[in-house]
Amino acid sequence: MNSIRFHPSRSSAAFWSACGIAAVFLLIGLAAAHHMETAGHWVTGMTNRVVWGMPHVFAVFLIVSASGALNVASLASVFGRSDYKPLSRLSGLLAIGLLVGGLSVLVLDLGRPDRLIVAMTHYNFRSIFAWNIFLYTGFLGIVAVYLWMMFEPRMNRFVGGVGGVAFVWRLILTTGTGSIFGFLVARDTFYSALLAPLFIAMSLAFGTAMTLLLGELVLRLKGETMSEDLVRKLARLLGYFVLSVAFFVMVSHLTNLYAASRQNVSLFLLLSGGLYTFLFWIGQIVLGTLVPAVLLLGRRLNSSGPILLSAGLVVMGGLVQLYVLIIGGQAFQMSIVSGFSESRALFDGVVASYRSSLPEWGLGIGGFALAVLIFLVGTRVLPFLPAQSPSQ
Amino acid sequence: MRNCRKRAGDILHASALFVLLGLGVIPSPHADVVTPQVPAARGEQCVEPVEIMRRDHFEFITHQRDLTVHQGIRTPRYSLAGCINCHATKTAAGEYLPVNAQGEFCETCHTYAAVKIDCFSCHATVPTSKISQSP
Amino acid sequence: MSRPDSHSAAPPRRAFFTQAGAGVALLALAPGVRLVELALARSDDEPVTSANRWGLLIDTDKCQSGCTECVSACNEEHGIVGHGRPETDAQWIRKVDLKDDQTGHELSIPVLCQHCEEPPCVDVCPTGASFRRNDGIVLVDKHICIGCRYCMMACPFQARSFIHEDLSGQLTHAPRGKGVVESCTLCVHRIDKGEQPACVEACHKEGHHALVFGDLKDSDSELATLNSTVATRELRPELALKTSVRYTSF
Repeated sequence: MNSIRFHPSRSSAAFWSACGIAAVFLLIGLAAAHHMETAGHWVTGMTNRVVWGMPHVFAVFLIVSASGALNVASLASVFGRSDYKPLSRLSGLLAIGLLVGGLSVLVLDLGRPDRLIVAMTHYNFRSIFAWNIFLYTGFLGIVAVYLWMMFEPRMNRFVGGVGGVAFVWRLILTTGTGSIFGFLVARDTFYSALLAPLFIAMSLAFGTAMTLLLGELVLRLKGETMSEDLVRKLARLLGYFVLSVAFFVMVSHLTNLYAASRQNVSLFLLLSGGLYTFLFWIGQIVLGTLVPAVLLLGRRLNSSGPILLSAGLVVMGGLVQLYVLIIGGQAFQMSIVSGFSESRALFDGVVASYRSSLPEWGLGIGGFALAVLIFLVGTRVLPFLPAQSPSQ
Repeated sequence: MRNCRKRAGDILHASALFVLLGLGVIPSPHADVVTPQVPAARGEQCVEPVEIMRRDHFEFITHQRDLTVHQGIRTPRYSLAGCINCHATKTAAGEYLPVNAQGEFCETCHTYAAVKIDCFSCHATVPTSKISQSP
Repeated sequence: MSRPDSHSAAPPRRAFFTQAGAGVALLALAPGVRLVELALARSDDEPVTSANRWGLLIDTDKCQSGCTECVSACNEEHGIVGHGRPETDAQWIRKVDLKDDQTGHELSIPVLCQHCEEPPCVDVCPTGASFRRNDGIVLVDKHICIGCRYCMMACPFQARSFIHEDLSGQLTHAPRGKGVVESCTLCVHRIDKGEQPACVEACHKEGHHALVFGDLKDSDSELATLNSTVATRELRPELALKTSVRYTSF
């Protein structure tokens, strides 16, 4: 603990260029949000059938990864794995950045974002959404305290305790996020107790992937690299997490397929869903699960190239998975009268069409950019980055 | 020694500044203050005296809206539709002008006070033909 | 119409004349509604209670495929206009044509907000804007709706619409605007005056009489009598929502 030195990022051309690129995408995102708010949501691809679109795919990804990104710090503080300690400060900052990025996308997509103060003062506690507002803001506060415990030597002895609180909070938060969808009794494509553990598994996978990618990025901007030992360990973890996600996906589809009343849901996603089927098999399973698992858990793990590639594939696969889950889940027609086929174009009896629009992509990527910007600038302001140890 | 004198000088300067600023800030009773030109309403008087309405009209509207939406209480006194009935002006041709249009009742004071009105993204800005006593 | 002082002077008298006038008009259009019900109608300053529970019964035998009078009446009543974008245009009621997968039997039904007793939309709304009034009508308080559309995800009937563009020319009794969610209000502005919903009136006027409106808690009402004598069902009964809107003949 005392032997680990921490430094801020170095103020180099590369560093400020990276920040500049993030800032440009952030501005594009803000412009997209402004356009959506002034013109109205008709300029997006979201409709009365597919009410949540690309922005929500990005937002949920960012929020879920935020929870998982803190896992590295939890491994060090809560599970006693001191080999992860060099990354714990960075992990906390990344968690904050990702969460703020995700929340900003959600808020800016609201029909009435000017009523945010209403959302913060009127609560319906039967709504998991309302609980999530507390869980998210509480998470930011707890991680801030957690970081303080890490930074201030006199508070170091509390790191374990606060880390434990943060760990439990993360699990509740991710359960809450999964339950936003899992509590939707109306929709066979969502209503399931499995979504909570699935989201926890996703958070671990996406968070670890983002830690690998962004941790390596910020260290490379400083002219260093992440310790090979840590990269290999995180790679191994990432491989297991990715497989655990696949487990939950497989179990949920198998359970659906077993029931005559629910098999059409899984048959749609797995076979007849057109774009959704393609994205599921190629994007989520092959590129997002199998290839990374082979690369990460296979024998020769001596270079960071394949590991970072796998992390990138996991991130892409995660976005695809959320697209299939959230948008595919809405596109699939709801059966209002069981045993009857409904025909009324657009609304009943047909798979809803959804085409994502530029403002939605702009807003979603803008949220990503905000997360990266918070992370990068944070590493410049305070000593978050582990010093390269001489044995490397 | 020199510090004490310097500090006394500073205090004197600051006080002089404050006094001068104070004199400038407090308006004299005969100063020219721009007031909004509010179009006259039809009808004899408002449901409350003008001084109360100027300060508190939003309290009445906000309270009434909760009673109406949640409890179905549709007394006309503080209803928004009731306000518009009197305060919407008519053109010579007999057409109503929206109360939030340039120069009309709500807009003049709200622009003057720089307070954004939220009501009329949803609520009718003129009396409509299907109006009844209830909003 | 003269203004404020006359209102505080004689609201009960004016209210009575309005209701009586409406009652006479209604007798011609809706035989199921009696003057007695109107005389007992709540006055303007009384809060709504759970003594009533308003509901609809839809007879699918009488509902004609291809007829959309209820839809047109609702659109006209609330100033709902299309913008040429059917996927994002608002609709509070829609006609759905059904065909039995096993037998091929075809029918047509209107689908609207079912005004459930256990509404999923009310459960999920983070601000409490989606709420159920004491007399059973499920509404959106558009003053506190933030436009998150979670209720639209949760509705088992896809009954809610989000306003995707700026609106103008709204009617006084139907405030609606960009960025908030809305759905069928069971014509609450009419019910509070002792009248019937616009769709019910239109269906009667068209001669189909497929929609019956009334008080589910009044055992003497035509609605309650029908419900207890004829086989009726709610949509998606496995969800146990206890809807105010019920269907018969299928």
